[in-house]
Amino acid sequence: MISLDINGRVHQVDADPDTPLLWVLREWLGMTGTKFGCGIAQCGACSVLLDGQVMRSCSVPAGSVGTAKITTIEGLSPDGSHPVQQAWLQHDVPQCGYCQSGQIMAAVALLQEKPKPTDADIDEAMSNICRCGTYNRIRAAIHTAAGNGQG
Amino acid sequence: MVLDRIAFQGIDFDRTSSADGPSRRTFLRAGAAAGGGLLLSLSLPFVSGDVKAANSASFVPNAFIRISGDGQIVLTMPYVEMGQGTYTAIPMLIAEELEVDLKQVRLQHAPPNEKLYANPLLGVQATGNSNAIRGAWYPLRQAGAIARAMLVSAAAEHWKVDPASCRAQSGKVRHPPTGRSIKYGDLAADASRMVVPANVALKRPEEFKLIGTAAKRLDTPAKVNGTAVYGIDVRPPGVKIATLAQSPAFGGHVKGVEDAAAKAVKGVRQIVRLDDAVAVVADHMGAAKKGLAALVIEWEDGPHAELNTGEVARKLEEATLSSGAVAQNIGDADKAMASAVTKVEATYQVPFLAHATMEPMNCTVHVRKDGCEVWVGSQAIGRVQAAAAKITGLPLDKVVAHNHLIGGGFGRRLEIDGVVRAVQIAQQVDGPVKVVWTREEDIQHDMYRPYWFDRISAGLDEKGMPVAWNHRFAGSSVLARWLPPVFENGLDPDTTEGAINLVYALPNLHVEYLRVEPPGIPTAFWRSVGPSHNVFVTESFMDELAAAAKQDAVAYRLALLGKAPRAKAVLELAAEKAGWGQPLPERVGRGVSVQFVFGSYLAQVAEVEVSKDGMVRVRRVVCAIDCGAVVNPDTVRAQIESGIIFGVTAALYGEITLKGGRVEQSNFDTYRMLRMNEAPAIEIHIVQNSEPPGGVGETGTSAIVPAVSNAIFAATGKRLRKMPVDNAALKQPV
Repeated sequence: MISLDINGRVHQVDADPDTPLLWVLREWLGMTGTKFGCGIAQCGACSVLLDGQVMRSCSVPAGSVGTAKITTIEGLSPDGSHPVQQAWLQHDVPQCGYCQSGQIMAAVALLQEKPKPTDADIDEAMSNICRCGTYNRIRAAIHTAAGNGQG
Repeated sequence: MVLDRIAFQGIDFDRTSSADGPSRRTFLRAGAAAGGGLLLSLSLPFVSGDVKAANSASFVPNAFIRISGDGQIVLTMPYVEMGQGTYTAIPMLIAEELEVDLKQVRLQHAPPNEKLYANPLLGVQATGNSNAIRGAWYPLRQAGAIARAMLVSAAAEHWKVDPASCRAQSGKVRHPPTGRSIKYGDLAADASRMVVPANVALKRPEEFKLIGTAAKRLDTPAKVNGTAVYGIDVRPPGVKIATLAQSPAFGGHVKGVEDAAAKAVKGVRQIVRLDDAVAVVADHMGAAKKGLAALVIEWEDGPHAELNTGEVARKLEEATLSSGAVAQNIGDADKAMASAVTKVEATYQVPFLAHATMEPMNCTVHVRKDGCEVWVGSQAIGRVQAAAAKITGLPLDKVVAHNHLIGGGFGRRLEIDGVVRAVQIAQQVDGPVKVVWTREEDIQHDMYRPYWFDRISAGLDEKGMPVAWNHRFAGSSVLARWLPPVFENGLDPDTTEGAINLVYALPNLHVEYLRVEPPGIPTAFWRSVGPSHNVFVTESFMDELAAAAKQDAVAYRLALLGKAPRAKAVLELAAEKAGWGQPLPERVGRGVSVQFVFGSYLAQVAEVEVSKDGMVRVRRVVCAIDCGAVVNPDTVRAQIESGIIFGVTAALYGEITLKGGRVEQSNFDTYRMLRMNEAPAIEIHIVQNSEPPGGVGETGTSAIVPAVSNAIFAATGKRLRKMPVDNAALKQPV
């Protein structure tokens, strides 16, 4: 049994410790907002926060999480009211939308570390792949969420 | 992949019956909805062969608008959302004429039925071809207007007043002289008994309140809070998860499987062996992947074990030495060439490309003795149902196919190979099974944008202007496989789009195509398909002609656009906004392209910087588009932005290569995608007019590749005739 603190709730999961956290979230707990994209930590579709740090859950063994607090897209806000989600809505960022949970989690982590990120900060932090090419809207939405007045 | 011929026939048909759309007799009926309210049944016009059917007495509806007693308006329609904004733009057409808030219109997915839900421009139930808005533009507005007129009639009858004295507004019918009003919901039942008006006037563009506004997308909220359900997210009770290995070499077979170690993995339930694939069925994906890694599979590589990309290219090159099917002929290009002052010749090549949709291929299937259920995100749900029925031997009505949001389509999900595999696996599994491909399988067993080889030449007169244009190319025809009836006389409308009907006035032009299918490797539609190749070739070559004539690339093109005012306008606009002609630093250059494909005119100017070691950075792209009437300008912008990033990715990195019959790339580490730090600044300028709408989903992609390549030429003097960009060739000589 692995004990995981996810979105403020502790879950007991009967999974092998080497099971990637991604599959525990999606298949044991039915939290399908976190997506599978590549399985090798390249694309970031599976991004979640571990104690506020963005991690690619496809490459995080569930047994390694310990007492770290996990935040997924479902736990960001009860009603989509998180400033980053609101900025995403304002800029109509998503197209197919598949990567956007991961993009949003990466942006949340960036803004926690750097509340007023520059374009260079965004370039460095936001390495998730979006095949629909929503990068410029993601950038604008991050500036809006930061209150940078550029969005 | 616009089917030009078909598209235009479709639009012509629209216009034959009235000045502003098909006559309502051929396409609409009204009646009472089950459970009360008004139901409009629409028969969207079909492609050429089916025009008679649409005109005949037998009325077959393929879209439905229901107005219920609570005022809710539900539209059932055949198009699927894959990021292109269709779920927002299509309801806008109805809401505009019906005079309701966009939020009052709810969309429902059409169940699979090829006969009922055929895409009016494709002839099959499919979302592709950049044509949802093009197909729906007249009929859905007209349906909205008819529903409004019937609601007004019902209110007028109730009040015993002249309908002309009533007004529809914000989901109510009002009678301004007396200040009375009734909500649509309360009128819906009575409206269903009204006579369907023979003629309704559609709004003039200047009267539009909703069309042309940047309406917020209706699907965004669920996509920012994690609740949007894609095919990969479905979880029928008791579902098992499977992942698979397909024969690494195309056309190979499973020779033997050593599965003891895989079966010993905790959570692995079953190994399913197919002729050319092995699947591991488990309680969850973690176990399935671990089980797959533990399998020892012996493969028989089959007939293509020696295949490599070089051989494919050589065969295509050889093919272009013989003549092919004539796609277009104007004047006498050979004769004009003989008397030309200068002759310019080149060969071009474009590679195989994978789709790499962010949502890897997946399909969930439950096969029972008496039926089969399929859950998948598909651009062609009718084909999904038919495939499942064929494999299981069940009648069509025993197969239920549920469609879901698509985590990236780009043509990949017009194909049903993943469904076929999943059904074959599910036949051996007790209970529902979700088959999820690893990214490696997704890249190595995609169906690829074809490799094409081009031979092109032009003759210039004493002023450097083209008097002869000869273009011959060879490669796969996707449509010949996907929709065989449209492959006629050695040609199909997609493969040639962008190579024929050029925007330029060329007095002597000859274009030939040779269908050559690569052995073993499957080809498919890929965002902008034919034009993704043809526009690269024709616009790169036009740039070569301008250079040969020592003329400015924009001025040279403009001189040939005298008979194409809309093309000229977008080119001038893009050039002006991009600051064309203004000085740039060393190894920075601007490149231009202009095209008319998918029914839209589009010009792009790309600005690139080439480093000393040959690395290319696309700094800025300026785009001008004339896509006719714009339903949702923000969606048009989003689609162009998306198409540009997709095309830049292909130009800089996109290449699937074969060695030993196998694809050499496997995941995002070897099949590279453009990321945030490489994304160019993009400016989009939309030309306002009220021409019938053109497609926008794919145009950005085809135009950007030559714009980037031409910009590289401007920056370095190196002409790239093969994609993707060869960085080694761009290194600055020491």
